Formats: sequence, structure tokens, C-alpha cells
Amino acid sequence: MDWQSFWLTIRLAVLVAAILALCGLPIAYWITYSRWRWKFIAEAVVALPIVLPPTVLGFYILIALGPRSPLGRWWQSLTGHTLAFTFEGLVIGSIIYSLPFAVQPFAASFAAVDQRLLAASATLGASKLRTVFEIILPLSIPGLVTGIALSFAHTMGEFGVVLMVGGNIPGVTRTVSIDIYDKVQAFNYAGANATALLLLAISFTILSLVYALNRKVWAVWPFK
Amino acid sequence: MRVETKQPDVTFEERTRSARSALALLLRKRFQTGNRSFELNVNLETPAGITILFGPSGAGKTTILDCIAGLTAPDSGRIALRDQLLFDDEKRIHIPPQNRRVGYVFQDLALFPHLSVEENVQYGLASLTAAEQRKRSHQILQSFHVATLRDRKPSQISGGERQRVALARALVTEPAVLLLDEPLAALDAAIKSKIVDDLRAWNESHQIPILYVTHSREEVFALGERVIVLQNGKVIAQGTPHEVMTAPRQETIAVLAGFENIFDARVTAIHEDRGTMTCLIAGSNVQLETPLVRADVGSALRVGIRAGDILLASIEPAGLSARNVIPGRVISLAQRDVIVVAKVNCGIELEVHLTLAARDSLQLQPGREVWLVIKTHSCHLMEK
Repeated sequence: MDWQSFWLTIRLAVLVAAILALCGLPIAYWITYSRWRWKFIAEAVVALPIVLPPTVLGFYILIALGPRSPLGRWWQSLTGHTLAFTFEGLVIGSIIYSLPFAVQPFAASFAAVDQRLLAASATLGASKLRTVFEIILPLSIPGLVTGIALSFAHTMGEFGVVLMVGGNIPGVTRTVSIDIYDKVQAFNYAGANATALLLLAISFTILSLVYALNRKVWAVWPFK
Repeated sequence: MRVETKQPDVTFEERTRSARSALALLLRKRFQTGNRSFELNVNLETPAGITILFGPSGAGKTTILDCIAGLTAPDSGRIALRDQLLFDDEKRIHIPPQNRRVGYVFQDLALFPHLSVEENVQYGLASLTAAEQRKRSHQILQSFHVATLRDRKPSQISGGERQRVALARALVTEPAVLLLDEPLAALDAAIKSKIVDDLRAWNESHQIPILYVTHSREEVFALGERVIVLQNGKVIAQGTPHEVMTAPRQETIAVLAGFENIFDARVTAIHEDRGTMTCLIAGSNVQLETPLVRADVGSALRVGIRAGDILLASIEPAGLSARNVIPGRVISLAQRDVIVVAKVNCGIELEVHLTLAARDSLQLQPGREVWLVIKTHSCHLMEK
């Protein structure tokens, strides 16, 4: 068993889920409540990672992180190395790849909060921010748990984007799914099986827990 | 009663300054739903106390409340609460709802489901200390008789209790105006009148304008010192409930006020000396003696008669003060709750309401000949 790749994968998934919880909430709030007429474009962009092949997504992320893009150059001038084939690059790629799995459950649960409750909150003198923290978020907890668990589980199991952006550097970018792929390539079926089974068990446990705690069952595209 | 044919010649500013009007509105707002457009266009003022907004659904009642609360903005107009402008499109004033000091009880109450009764009531008191919040919420819950429920969630209390909590939550903030959107619609009459008593008691000491939206006739009579009747986004009448509802000048109000029998008629004779006139119901030879109104012989109008104001007799009555005694024949009888709805043909078809006992003692059944007795003042004349 390659515990190093396991540890790396868990670190990556926790970090990505945490960052997505923070960034995903304002994005989901904006998608739910904005009346901007071109909002659908933003919704489509957020949903893109669901339909794009991971290799396409990974390719563009690789280009965007590479030394010829403004972002890549800026990062290089800051840190002295490029983002591609690093753990940081992997985090950025995973965030983009898992974005819809966080934003969509968040947005769906925000949209499910009765508008009249928000109106009631306003007439009782609460600011918009207070309404978010005391009404919208507490009433969206099932959606928040769902979004965080999904982005965690989704990051655990990603392959294409990781391979494109991170390559296969042990201890830096070699995640469990790449490790399994490596083992199969080397005809180490027993090793691949052990690792794959563990990943399967972890993913199944997380999803079971989420569904068990969260009787309001959602779909990946939960908009009504 | 004042039928609103033209706006009074007083300017908005003058009315706002006048001591009587605690709340003055001048609103215009257009909606486009599908290919139907709706325009709200009202100009009204209310003093402190309960004012009823009455009208069929879709008349614009809730939209008026939402405009006052700031949840939606009118296209143009002004909203003034005592000497404060809440909205003015010319001066570009639109105070956000959280700064308006409005108490709003929504039709579906909108209690926060994740908060306890006490937390719901304290939600609007965030600027006070915790001790003060507890004190005030306890006081108001007590005066609305729900203090024992303070740790329960809204889903764990009854419909009537929820209404009380919603009222308490809106009132505890000491609002400058109270908006009630059919808050008691779902309750039975006994609980309703108790809650109304509590609300009246509260307003005795606070004296704020209360706008109460309803489409229930009973509530209009039970509650209001004043009623404003809305239809299709316009004020069509206002006055005391008695003035507006018992002597409607317009058919729409008559239907709302529960006139089951409404007919086209023509004035055939005027008896100035007796204060009455004779009207012929169109398409029949039924002549009714009605109260005298300003009308010429030959002019067309409408007559409304409540089904409960018509008497039935099994033999021709004599020695009555009622001036209209008309022979007819029962077409059908139907029981609705504890009243019997009889359809009687006397050249026109009239709906008559009577008690079960009356039906039995008259031995009424379809086909039976009866006499209809209608007092002159039970015939209400309306503009056509």
C-alpha cells in the first residue's frame, strides 16, 4: 500500500473542500439571487466541469498555469517555480474541477429557502448579511453538507485533471487514483486492488454518511 | 360612503401634513404577466387604527402592503408614514425595508422554522441587550397568551398559536405601521375574534395605522372602522364597513358584499312624497318598490337584494308593512350548512335563504307556490 499517495490525496481533498466551501458560498448566493440578465453564462461556466472530459479541462488548466500564461508568469515571479506539476497547481485544478459539485447543492438549497422568510427578516430590521447568516445558511445546512461532502469525495477520485496538471510525482502530485493506474500498468493487480478497494470503501462511507444525515435527498443537478 | 369618481383636490403634501392621516400613499405600478397587464393605481390615506383593504384576489392588496414594507418598489408615487417619506420617485427616495419600522404579518406567516417561538420574537430586537430582549419578548408573548410556548418550534404549535406568535413578532419591534395580509384567514371564528381582541387591546396603547387585507366579508364587519374596497388595482369605494357593504353603489362591491340577487331594472315611477320609487325588473313584469335615489323615470339601474332579506310565505300575507309581495313558485331547494337555499321563480329567479325549521314548517318543496315578501329598503340600488 502506498500510504504516501493516500495521505496526499486526503490532504488535497480536505483543502479543496475547505476552499470550495468558502468560495462556493458567495458564488452560489450570487447565482441564486442575482437578477443580472447574463447570469446564465456564469451558471453555464460553473457547470462546465460536469460535462467536459477531464483531459480537456486539465489541458486548459495546464496551459493557464503554465509559464506562458499571465497567471503562470505571476506565480513564477512570486515563487520562482511554475504552478504546473506542483501540489498548488493540483489544488487549483481540483477546485475548478469540483466547483459545480459544491456550488450547485449550495445554490439549490439557497433557492429552496422561502422568499417570504427573507422578506420577514428584512421587515424585522435585519441587514442582508444578517439574513444570510441567521436565516439562509442555517436553513441550507443539508445543501451545505452535501456540497462539501461531494466536493471532497469528487476530489478524492479524480484522475484526468490530476494527471494533466500534476503529472505523477511521488509525494507531490501522485494521488491514489494515479497510483492505482500505475500499479495496473505494472501488472501489480493485487496492489491495485487493495488501493482501489480502500478508495471505494472511503467514498462509499462518506456518501452513505451524507445521505444518512441528510434525508432530503438531492441529485447532482438538484434545481427544481 | 364616498364613491371614488375623481381624486380629491387636495395635494399629497397637504394630506400628509393633516393630522388625521398617519399613512399616505400614492402608488402606480404596472405588471406584465404573460400577455395580461395589470396596473395598480391608488391614492389613499389612513389614520391610526384598523383599516381594511377588501377586494377579490388579484385586486392588488398584497402589492400595496409590499410597497409600504419596501419589499417592492412602485413605478412612481410617494409613500409617507407620518412625517417620514418612505418612498418618493421624484426625490429618488427608497428606504430599504430594514429601516422602515414596518410590522408585517404575511399570509403564510413566515415564521423562521429553525428558530424557537422566543427566538422568532426576539429576531427583530437585535439592537437591544439580551436581558431587554428577553423582557420584551416575554411581555408580548404573555399579552398574546403564548408565553408557555416559547421554547417550541413553529412546527410544534397549532395554527392559531402560530398566528399569535407572528403577530407578537411583528408588534414587539414597536412598528410605526402594521401590515396584516389575511393573517387570520385559516382560523375559525372563535379564535379569530379572540386574536382580534388582543390586537385591538394592543393598539389602544400604540395608536398606529394598521392595514388589514382580507377577502372575507365577516372580517370586514368584525374588524374595521374603515374599509377600502379595491378592484383591478383601483380604489372603488371607501367608508365605514356599514356604509360600503350594506348600501353598495357598485355591482362589484355588491357581489363582494354578498348580494345574491342582482338584476337590471328601469325606473317606471317616482313617488317623491313617499320617498320611494317603482322599478321594473328587465325581462319580466316584476315591479319593485325601492328607496328613492336621484334618478329620472326611464333611467336604467341595478337592484341588489340579499337572499337573507327575502321572506317566504305559504299563503298570501296581509297587513304587512313590506311593500313588495310577489307570488312565485319554488324551483329547487338545497341545504348548505344550517341554511336552506331556495330558488324561487316569480318572473325572475330569486335566491332565498331560510332556516331548516322554516323550510319544514312551510312544508316547502319544489313546485310549491309561495309568496315572496321584500321590504322596500332591502332593495339596494346601484349604478349601472
